Amino acid sequence: MSRIMNKSLLTRVAALAAVGGLLFACTSNESGDDGGADEQSAVSDNDDPGKTVTIGFSGPEADHGWLAAINDSAEAEAAEYDDIELRVAEGTNDPNQQISQIETFINGGVDAIVLLPTDGDALTEVATQAMEAGIIVVNVDREFSSPFAARTTILGDNYGMGVSAGTYACGIIEEEGISDPVIAEIQGIASLPLTQDRSQGFADALESCGESVDNQVSAEFTVESGEEVASNLLQAAPEIDVIWNHDDDQGVGVKQAFDNAGRDEFAFIGGAGSCQAMDLIESGEMEATVLYPPTQAADGIKLARLLAQDKGLSDLVQVEVPTRIVLNAPVVTADNVEEYRSLCFES
Amino acid sequence: MSEKTSPATAAAPPPDEHQRMEVGAEAVPRSRFARIMASSAGRNLGLVVALAVVCVIGVITAGDLFADVDNVITILRLAVVVGIVSIGMTFVIIGGGIDLSVGAIVALASVWATTVATQQLAADFHWIIIVFTAMAVGAGCGLVNGVLVAYGRIAPFIATLAMFAAARGLAEIISDKRNQLVDDPGYVDFFARELFGVPVLVYVFALVAAIGWVLLNRTTFGRRTIAVGGNEEAARLAGIKVQRHTVYLYVLLGVACGIAAAMLLARTGTGTAQHGVLLELDAIAAVVIGGTLLTGGRGTIVGTVLGVLIFQTLSNIFTLNNLDTSDQAVAKGVIIVAAVLLQQFVAKRAGST
Repeated sequence: MSRIMNKSLLTRVAALAAVGGLLFACTSNESGDDGGADEQSAVSDNDDPGKTVTIGFSGPEADHGWLAAINDSAEAEAAEYDDIELRVAEGTNDPNQQISQIETFINGGVDAIVLLPTDGDALTEVATQAMEAGIIVVNVDREFSSPFAARTTILGDNYGMGVSAGTYACGIIEEEGISDPVIAEIQGIASLPLTQDRSQGFADALESCGESVDNQVSAEFTVESGEEVASNLLQAAPEIDVIWNHDDDQGVGVKQAFDNAGRDEFAFIGGAGSCQAMDLIESGEMEATVLYPPTQAADGIKLARLLAQDKGLSDLVQVEVPTRIVLNAPVVTADNVEEYRSLCFES
Repeated sequence: MSEKTSPATAAAPPPDEHQRMEVGAEAVPRSRFARIMASSAGRNLGLVVALAVVCVIGVITAGDLFADVDNVITILRLAVVVGIVSIGMTFVIIGGGIDLSVGAIVALASVWATTVATQQLAADFHWIIIVFTAMAVGAGCGLVNGVLVAYGRIAPFIATLAMFAAARGLAEIISDKRNQLVDDPGYVDFFARELFGVPVLVYVFALVAAIGWVLLNRTTFGRRTIAVGGNEEAARLAGIKVQRHTVYLYVLLGVACGIAAAMLLARTGTGTAQHGVLLELDAIAAVVIGGTLLTGGRGTIVGTVLGVLIFQTLSNIFTLNNLDTSDQAVAKGVIIVAAVLLQQFVAKRAGST
């Protein structure tokens, strides 16, 4: 019980801090914890109650920690505002079902729709219809194929994640003066565009310091698959210097495989930023993890509210909310883990 | 050629297998008798040859990385979970059924066995509670499957498809879609501990395989299973309580899923609703490659174990050679077909003498 309560509290704080962090990352030196969220979000009168807006939210089925955190933080964010009436569609992995959810929102006359599509291409058509019906569509994480399908798009940076991981790996290699390092990469589901983006970024960053990936395996974002491919990977490479694992959800299994084999000679870098990964970073069992914040949908809710109330982003000179916001993918290490702790999610 | 069949006959199920097959297949003429017997043995021989070929490929392409004790142990360790489920699946398929819900049952058992309540009980008493809980949950799911199939007259495909959806859903509800870590470090350590260089996990697999072999080949239960799968009506007329036996088969597979879940907990240290995704297909593939008829009435435990080992060895070799995932998928498809063809070829050669 206490764990569940902790989690929802945590995601709520995370949601607030994420938005604050997003908007003020360039100017603020404050860390995002301990009530910093409130200070950060109350700079303008944007948070003052406005006209009540109805927002429809639809996302994929929350079948793993990161997506569960997406949904939780979105709902927690909406609950922060008295002037938001949130309608949440049941999470689904079936594009057809999600399309009919959006159609229901259109018929119900919502003011705005925050949509994390199961498949960006498949949902583009219905999102365009919503826009044509005068509904503000906020596209989260997985992009539509047409610019007319959304008023604004907020997404994580998968290529940037790879670049961050690769750049950090280069740093380790140069710092420790490893000649001819063995670099391994554990992907998520290999056929997904996001996986290819992450791998491309990783490869490009490594190339800049003259390195390349020696061993590449792919798991399926699950603990079990992580353990399995990591076990085989360790056999394939008896001596490894750097391992980047794309996803902290599967990372639980990957770490267990390392423990089972008694191997820890490498720098272990993760991805996404789960609370477990941050624990491991604190205890020194993991080198770093690259953030892919699970608070994008919460940001989407905030943006939808601002748009529906004709407000802008208070820290920009622009009167209007920008059409595209790409989140940064910072590297969390032992030095700054406390700063990012509030963004973590339970996998 | 006859020399070739004899060692395989020794390794394969005992000579009385053909008697049971007689019950299964509809009135096999005596002249074809020897041939079928030989082909059954030959089938296992074919699998041994296929596994040997895969291993030779491994040695040639990956050299010392493959032919390494640690690597062999890794392959065996990764074969444990799918292997235990496949052995249970062998019984259900021989009995003329199918179970699509094994992966979901494994997930549910892993989650139920790592709830706060279970772990508290385990902490107060002994971690063995975790294993028993997983087995009990598996048995319960199997019982539901079995009763729906045998007494509810629902096709196995549909009944277990319902369990496939429901069990994973229940697992998600219980776990709130989070990973549940095994708190007791003694649990993971026990199964990871090595006896004579082999982890306890692998012994559990061997034990389950041995029990499965004895049960199928040396007991009335096994004989009845083959009879029920071969010809349900004939089995009923012969006085076998077909419905009750069918329930037993699904419960047996459920228990196997429970054991597999306990082993998965030991491997990953985590219970989650995401465990065992697509496990049903891996298990069915291993069973069928192992020479068990998908229509029931014939099959061997040895074949299933070999089928599982061929699969795990393949993925191991792919990783050792640093193959691209897409290439792996293509290669896997080609090799599965090649393995079955090779197996049939060897069986034919063995049978034609």
